Amino acid sequence: MKRVQFSGTPLPYFFVLPQIAIVIVFFLWPAAQAVYKSFLLEDAWGLTSQFVWFRNYEDMVLDADWVNTAVFTVIFSMIIAFASLAIALTLAVRANDILRGASTYKTLLIWTYAVAPAVAGLIGNLLFNPLIGSMTHLLHALGWEFDRASNGFDAAFMISLIAVWKQVSVNFIFFLAGLQGISKSVQEAAILDCRSRSKRFWTITFPLLAPTTFFLLVINMTYAFFDTFGIIDTTTRGAPGGSTQTLVYKVYTDGFIGADLGGSSAQSVVLLLMVLVLTAFQFRFIERKVHY
Amino acid sequence: MQRKMLFAAALAGVMGASGLAQAEPTEITLWHAMGGRLGEVVDEMTAEFNASQDEYKLTSIYKGGYEDTMTAAIAAFRAGQQPDVVQVFDAGSATIINAPGAVFPVEDLMKKYGVGFDIDAYIPGVRYFYADSDGKMIGMPFNSSTPLLYFNKEALTKAGVEPPKTWEDFEAIAPKLVEAGYVPLAQSHSPWIFAENFHSRHNIQMATANNGFDSTDVKILYNNDAMKMHWSKVKDWKDKGYYGYYGRNWGDNQDAFVQGKVAMWLGSSGSFGGLRKSADFDFGTTYLPYWESITKDPKGTFIGGAALFALSGKSDEEYKGVAKFFEYMTKPETQFFWHKETGYVPITTDAYALAKKAGYYDETPDAEVGIQQLSLPAGEWTKGYRLGYYVQIREVMYKHFEQLLNGDETVDAAFDGIETESDELLDRFKDTYN
Repeated sequence: MKRVQFSGTPLPYFFVLPQIAIVIVFFLWPAAQAVYKSFLLEDAWGLTSQFVWFRNYEDMVLDADWVNTAVFTVIFSMIIAFASLAIALTLAVRANDILRGASTYKTLLIWTYAVAPAVAGLIGNLLFNPLIGSMTHLLHALGWEFDRASNGFDAAFMISLIAVWKQVSVNFIFFLAGLQGISKSVQEAAILDCRSRSKRFWTITFPLLAPTTFFLLVINMTYAFFDTFGIIDTTTRGAPGGSTQTLVYKVYTDGFIGADLGGSSAQSVVLLLMVLVLTAFQFRFIERKVHY
Repeated sequence: MQRKMLFAAALAGVMGASGLAQAEPTEITLWHAMGGRLGEVVDEMTAEFNASQDEYKLTSIYKGGYEDTMTAAIAAFRAGQQPDVVQVFDAGSATIINAPGAVFPVEDLMKKYGVGFDIDAYIPGVRYFYADSDGKMIGMPFNSSTPLLYFNKEALTKAGVEPPKTWEDFEAIAPKLVEAGYVPLAQSHSPWIFAENFHSRHNIQMATANNGFDSTDVKILYNNDAMKMHWSKVKDWKDKGYYGYYGRNWGDNQDAFVQGKVAMWLGSSGSFGGLRKSADFDFGTTYLPYWESITKDPKGTFIGGAALFALSGKSDEEYKGVAKFFEYMTKPETQFFWHKETGYVPITTDAYALAKKAGYYDETPDAEVGIQQLSLPAGEWTKGYRLGYYVQIREVMYKHFEQLLNGDETVDAAFDGIETESDELLDRFKDTYN
């Protein structure tokens, strides 16, 4: 294949300039600001500030609350990513198989994609309302003394359910597209070779879906880390006892509500590094197993 | 071409108009956090102030909740675009009062611009809450409320009991209310009602350095026997079904009362107006109960709510307008209107006298309970507190209270945790704002 080359001309750089400018202004510059602020103790109004080296980081790591939040965030993210991928994959495989009314099913499953996280949170908040929530009544009828106000597990269950419900549709779209991209001839050949449906899935379909799954894994982890903010803010606000607080939510409460800019910046820098490491890890170790 | 010229002409017109605007009244702005009906009342007051004179034009802008308003003001201040006046809530007041040069103290402002100021005109519970250690008023108390006990009259009659004066009384009547099919008690703000005002009501010190008024070098004193006794009782009540905890959301707890599930609810005096609309049963109000075992001589509570702060960096002209506005705000008529429309307490004794004279409390005696409670004899520790990063400290309290209530932590462990974590926050605050 012939490759197009613009060797020696600055023209391509010129074309990517707008994109680079956007990245610098909206991403690199604020990130650099966060790094700088994380070394400062500064009053909210910007009237006095002092350089304190790693004091903010020290205070953060020594804060039991932050450590709990970090642990919760990691577990929460893994559960969300795993559950929403698994459910979406199951649904996509089923929806891909049916012949009649397929588009109705697909539309219905994709529908929730249009719901913003904050709106999903509000809906969930109402459904799980301790007095009038129908989900609360259902769970009580099933014998589960569901109490999101004081039971940390129940509250975490609630936000996980909302977060997964919201994310399944996105994953569903991608999985469905991925499934439809697998060539019919491969599948037919597989049917001739093997009768077991589940074995066919795990040995043929799933590996061929790996690029999609990998992409979605990265997307879902980022979703669980950052985009669940809206859900948490409209439901538990980190309660009870900080048991549903994610790192992003803590950055927000400390920085914006508590007006502690240095501490909040230090937290966001650590968050940035965590996501960087996580993504690097995913690309280094998981992507190797992916065949495009 | 023609279109371009037309555009230029229009532009010139606009600029001419803004040139004319120079002769118009001085613009002053207020950022506030009063949504819904409260916001409408603020708008009405703004319109009335503007109609009362023609030198200044006040614009009131709703900026969202308390935190949003404060964050907006902080961001604007850093960019040099701050409003003249901003409403800051109780827990955030240390952040604005301790920042050197962020505010123009209301007492100085009113004296300098000749509208007069007398701190004794304010009712005792309100007077020093937003003052500095020398007793100089920094922020003008605006919407002030205090925790009260609301009770469902029907429920109490059904159980054959009287509203409790003390927590001992409460323990005596709670089983009867349970028998009558009610959850006896709920409350909407644990740190405010069961910690801060608990200390004021029992006249107990809540932080060193004169409750934090004297210095930012301060330690929390929540880890005391009275507080621990109270919270082990609360835990006990929850286990026995005497106390229902519906989460930290204010409304969820209030709803439980409105729906008749809960017989008594601790809320704000400012909730009165809203409850009158939403509750379809007869209810009454009374003082926040106290423990007779702790004190035989209960004191008043202090206020919650927010104050108006004049931000620094504005012109003399604008400050003059702000002084006029503050003068208008403290007029008895304005305060009476605010009190009647919202349920917040009037902040001056004159306004209180006016409300009495107008016969307001004859029709609605319950509206007076809040201000009566604030006017109870003051004690050494009833004037308020000034603690940095108090928003985070409240979070810490919520966390440990919730862990205590669900049995994850013992009372001792919860209060040790509150003490350590609060002191760390206070330490950070001290180093930041010194």
